Amino acid sequence: MKLSNNTENLKKRKTGFKEGIVERNLGYILLAPAVITIGIIAIFPILKTFWYSLFDMQLQNITSPRFIGIDNYIKLSQDTTFLQSLRNTVYFSVLSVILELLIGFIAALLMDLKFKGRAFLRATILIPWAIPGIIIALIFQYMFNDRLGIINVMLIKFHLINSPVLWLGTKGYAMWSVIVVDVWKQVPFMALILVAGLQMIPKELYESCDVDGATYLEKLFYITIPQMKPVIMVALLFRTMGAFKVFDTIYGLTGGGPGNSTSSISVYAYKTLFNDLDFGYGSTIAIATFVIIFILCLGYIKLLGTEKED
Amino acid sequence: MLRLYKTIRHRKGRLEEGKMMNYKNTKLIKRVLFIMFFLIFILIIIFPFYWMIVTSLKSPDALVNFSANLIPPKVYFENYIYVFENSKLLKYLQNSLIVSGGTTIICMWLASLSAYSIARLKIKGKKYIMAFILAVSVFPGIAMVSPLFVIFKEIHILNTYWGLILPYITFALPLAIWNLHAYFKDIPKEMEESAKIDGASSLKILWKIILPITAPGLFTTAIIVFISSWNEFLFGLIFVSKDSMRTVPVGIMMFQGEYNIPWGELSAAAVVATVPIIIVVLIFQKRIVSGITAGAVKG
Repeated sequence: MKLSNNTENLKKRKTGFKEGIVERNLGYILLAPAVITIGIIAIFPILKTFWYSLFDMQLQNITSPRFIGIDNYIKLSQDTTFLQSLRNTVYFSVLSVILELLIGFIAALLMDLKFKGRAFLRATILIPWAIPGIIIALIFQYMFNDRLGIINVMLIKFHLINSPVLWLGTKGYAMWSVIVVDVWKQVPFMALILVAGLQMIPKELYESCDVDGATYLEKLFYITIPQMKPVIMVALLFRTMGAFKVFDTIYGLTGGGPGNSTSSISVYAYKTLFNDLDFGYGSTIAIATFVIIFILCLGYIKLLGTEKED
Repeated sequence: MLRLYKTIRHRKGRLEEGKMMNYKNTKLIKRVLFIMFFLIFILIIIFPFYWMIVTSLKSPDALVNFSANLIPPKVYFENYIYVFENSKLLKYLQNSLIVSGGTTIICMWLASLSAYSIARLKIKGKKYIMAFILAVSVFPGIAMVSPLFVIFKEIHILNTYWGLILPYITFALPLAIWNLHAYFKDIPKEMEESAKIDGASSLKILWKIILPITAPGLFTTAIIVFISSWNEFLFGLIFVSKDSMRTVPVGIMMFQGEYNIPWGELSAAAVVATVPIIIVVLIFQKRIVSGITAGAVKG
């Protein structure tokens, strides 16, 4: 009550003091909403997923989970479906990322040249990026179809095959079909990043080589590729992370089949969580996915770090 | 220098002696090869999209009695009429528009505040905050869906717009903050200081000076956030099970029946869902390219 009797002077000082606190801590105050959102919707759930992975827990009776410690992790290490999904994911990621880098690099070199139609190429290359992954998967599912698919029809027409091939229903072919679709979808991203990198290479480097009469390939191997190394590493980092998370493409194209031969770790985790409603074990697979991606990411960052020191 | 001069002369000489005759031919061959490669490349990029349009214009008969006609024999609009009259496509479009629009607006707000704070204000540990935010962008969505599903169920936001907007904001924030941070950092300090002398508060500076200057960058980032929310599938599949609340990608996926897939209608729906986005992308092509690549190349 005494405070209310204070003089105006003191009041002024007090509000000034308050404003000072706000102004001095404004940086943290402005940062807070985003950090809190990320904390609640990303960090906390990851911890909680780990917590779930220690329980035997079905969605139907989620209120009575039974603590089982690391039993789920022991089960995981012996689960042949998980190990196959992991192998599939690695196979898929390595091959599609390498192909995306090679084709993306060629596309980037093409887009860096000056020619009529460059603007057209630059515009069309964004189309695969703009279409939802699941719709791309469905279009390709139709194109790969054994009876109605344009791919079989064309291959037969050009006498490359004699009878329709069950692209998505045959082990081996199915995985390659998934890789083709992913490469088609992701090459634009790769190419755009690499083009941006190409444009940052100082032109003088090429000019001095031109004086020496270096060929195009010499310039490519002695200037372009070494100069592009950091950008290539960043593009690889992004794409590898993306490939290890692959879900839409596989879910829409094959659903993981035939017989788990195209199932990725994300698809297997999804099926365990929302088809089998096994939240305990599904969370274990999800945590394994997270840990694998995190380790990979750290590895890349370490590589990038040593690159920069050199 | 002399040596360099000699090599140049030497190479030039070689070129003149032997290659002059073939030179024109090889140039022509190179050009033809280049054009062929270019055309094949464009064809491969465009074909699936083109084929989706062709399929959407085929009657059920034309779909079954398959021929390799690259142009539809007869244009058939029934698929589109069917999709608008008998499916929930319009509802899906409305849902996607609300979810992606809401995500974009909220995400841009949060991202501008935090990017401004990191780029312009005095705070400790900027490096760590940026690393933390970037780390979130590599988190696989699947690793957090099980608790989010349980939490959303408890607070009754499964099958609501918020159930999608919240996770979409979270996953769009890292990219938005990184992009905006790059734009904000490039503004010269003097512009801010003159306003400060006039007694403007930090928030006023953000609102009156920083945001207007970086408007093109904000716009680019907003488009990218919008498109990535529009295209998202995993959360849409998990957090929404009610048909009338589905977003476009999930709704179209559910066109598949148990035994057969209505390819004509599915393609028509896919065309309706993707053409507006593609038009926007083509209009703002240059901006979007710079927005996608900014973070990767500068970082």
